[in-house]
Amino acid sequence: MVAISELQEMYTDMVTARHYEERLQEEYLEGKQPAFDISAGPIPGELHLAAGQEAAAVGVCQHLRDDDTVTAPHRPHHVAIAKGVDLKRMTAEIFGRESGLCRGKGGHMHLFDPDVNFACSGIIAEGCPPAAGAGLAAQKRNSDSVAVAYLGEGAIDQGGFFESLNFAAVHDLPVVFVIEDNDWAISMPKERVTDVDDGSQRAAGFDMPGVRVDHDDAVAVYEAAERAVGRARDRNGPTLMEIQVHRRMGHFMGDPQTYRPEDDQTAATERDSIDRLEADLRARGVEDTTIKNLRDAAEDRVEEAIEWAKDQPEPDPETAHEDMFANPPSGVTDTDPEFDLMGGDD
Amino acid sequence: MSEQQEVVERELTMSRGMVEAIAHEMRANDEVFYMGEDVADYGGIFDSTEGLLDEFGHDRIMDVPISETAYLGAAVGAAQEGMRPIAELMFVDFFGVAMDQIYNQMAKNTYMSGGSVSVPMVLTTAVGGTYNDAAQHSQTLYGTFAHLPGMKVVVPSTAYDAKGLMHNAIRDDDPVVYMFHKRLMGIGWMPAPDGPKTPVPETDYTIPFGSADVKREGADVTIVTLGLHVHRALDAADSLAEDGIDAEVVDLRTLVPLDRETILESVRKTGTLVVVDEDYRSYGVTGEVVATVTDEALAHLDAVERVAMPDIPIPYARPLETETQPQAADIEAAVERTQ
Ligand SMILES: Cc1ncc(C[n+]2csc(CCOP(=O)(O)OP(=O)(O)O)c2C)c(N)n1
Repeated sequence: MVAISELQEMYTDMVTARHYEERLQEEYLEGKQPAFDISAGPIPGELHLAAGQEAAAVGVCQHLRDDDTVTAPHRPHHVAIAKGVDLKRMTAEIFGRESGLCRGKGGHMHLFDPDVNFACSGIIAEGCPPAAGAGLAAQKRNSDSVAVAYLGEGAIDQGGFFESLNFAAVHDLPVVFVIEDNDWAISMPKERVTDVDDGSQRAAGFDMPGVRVDHDDAVAVYEAAERAVGRARDRNGPTLMEIQVHRRMGHFMGDPQTYRPEDDQTAATERDSIDRLEADLRARGVEDTTIKNLRDAAEDRVEEAIEWAKDQPEPDPETAHEDMFANPPSGVTDTDPEFDLMGGDD
Repeated sequence: MSEQQEVVERELTMSRGMVEAIAHEMRANDEVFYMGEDVADYGGIFDSTEGLLDEFGHDRIMDVPISETAYLGAAVGAAQEGMRPIAELMFVDFFGVAMDQIYNQMAKNTYMSGGSVSVPMVLTTAVGGTYNDAAQHSQTLYGTFAHLPGMKVVVPSTAYDAKGLMHNAIRDDDPVVYMFHKRLMGIGWMPAPDGPKTPVPETDYTIPFGSADVKREGADVTIVTLGLHVHRALDAADSLAEDGIDAEVVDLRTLVPLDRETILESVRKTGTLVVVDEDYRSYGVTGEVVATVTDEALAHLDAVERVAMPDIPIPYARPLETETQPQAADIEAAVERTQ
């Protein structure tokens, strides 16, 4: 049975992630009124929020250590929070600030926190090969760390996913592939793009275990992930997991969702994995005041991170030209703003 | 817009111009169909297929799995069977996951087959930055596609051009990469500048590939550019005019084939060349245009400048993206340096 302390940690992360997404939504939409303009407001660019997907993040990451690697896709915040990414610096990155995780260069789809071995990418399924690579490094170095690649159910039709499954399987790599099935890939429902309802069945073709967790129950995810992560840590090879989650919001902020039946949208908000875990905590005898304290602390932490981030300065434009190489080539290069092909100004 | 002979009242956004040509060709030819991610019920993330599902249904406006290698390669195969597929790569930045089908099949099969096979398909794709979508969603990659032989490369900057170039693209017997700039489409949530919305005739018409368009005539300096930066160059030209500098703005419209003659003619007249590109500076469009002029008209060339993205991935934060992307003020400054 899961220890109560672990349940409380997962609950805290879930509440943090949910509150984070709801607050980012508010911040994002501010300055995009009355007419929505993607480039306006305090958070520019695209924003993919993960409200409704928290169980998949916490149930797996609860088993991970800082030295385990996680790669996430374009919808990364809940996973980042569960993995222990620095919340303040992540928020500053999303607000495009100098003290952000990536000095304002990456943005919300390209967050890197090497302190906890977290990275994400906006190209579909492209976190799978690097996760396999992290597993390969662990194997070669004889360490017992593992790697987890997160991806959406829409991403499992991408070549990079299949190639990574095979690569990880044939080399017995300590990797767990986690599919978050929220039923939608932007406007495309799962049944329009695949004939296989259960994505974890893809594992069979690579002779690795595949498990599906049919409801976004954090405890069920925790238990399934315990076996998958344990298998990887014990050097018994990779596992493919699929977890049913729910997309409570649009694909990206500003998505009109006109393609989505209304009852599907309501169904996604009716089932709430946070309420479910809260009920579990109560059933295990956790007091209401304890739950309230956990919730308040989580929300305070989010508010603090957002406030801190907004106070940070924007990056100096000149810094755009830095960080291109770990070993910058000597002499003037074309990444230099002063570089002039014609041999100097005038 | 020199080619608009008839007076047309009706103005369209660039996306409407593009979609109108696609609809026209689909009505005229059952072999034309469109596939891509979110092109059916959504109507294309950037409105590239808005409204087409209602008229043509899911059979001809096909949503596809997120499997670019499979569906772009399938478009190549269907084209080789003689159909005329249009396949959309949602953002050009995603080309990496499917480049083999694009480059080693689509682009090469005609030549490798000694001309016995042709690939009459259109690859549509959204390009460009200006809205802080960062390194994996903001590139134009004009130079990459133009550099690799075997693809015709089209970059419209107005609704009129978008429609005429799309008609030509679908009727062309070769693979055409049709790169539309997100900021020009006239999407509700990404306001376009004023320029791309133009009068567009209701009838079909084609704009031949390899015909650059002089969007503004001028005597003092030639600004060669494409896509979004046609409009930034026109803005720059307006303010340069206030300082008494008369700039000519040449819109390339297609990179392959490249209308070298129009560039040369303009530079022979002005003696000064400024090339503006939203793609990376090195090994790209700006270098090619400058080399064209130095090869053929060096004696006429008094000064030359390039304005392009530096050779770095496109950063996210607003001040960083603005710093790297050529602005109208950067174009003005470059022109002033040549005077
Ligand atoms: C190679 C590639 N193709 C297409 C896209 C555009 N795109 C971004 S998110 C997305 C849908 C992803 O759906 P899913 O994997 O189910 O994740 P979800 O968005 O539902 O979390 C698509 C098509 C991309 N980023 N990369």
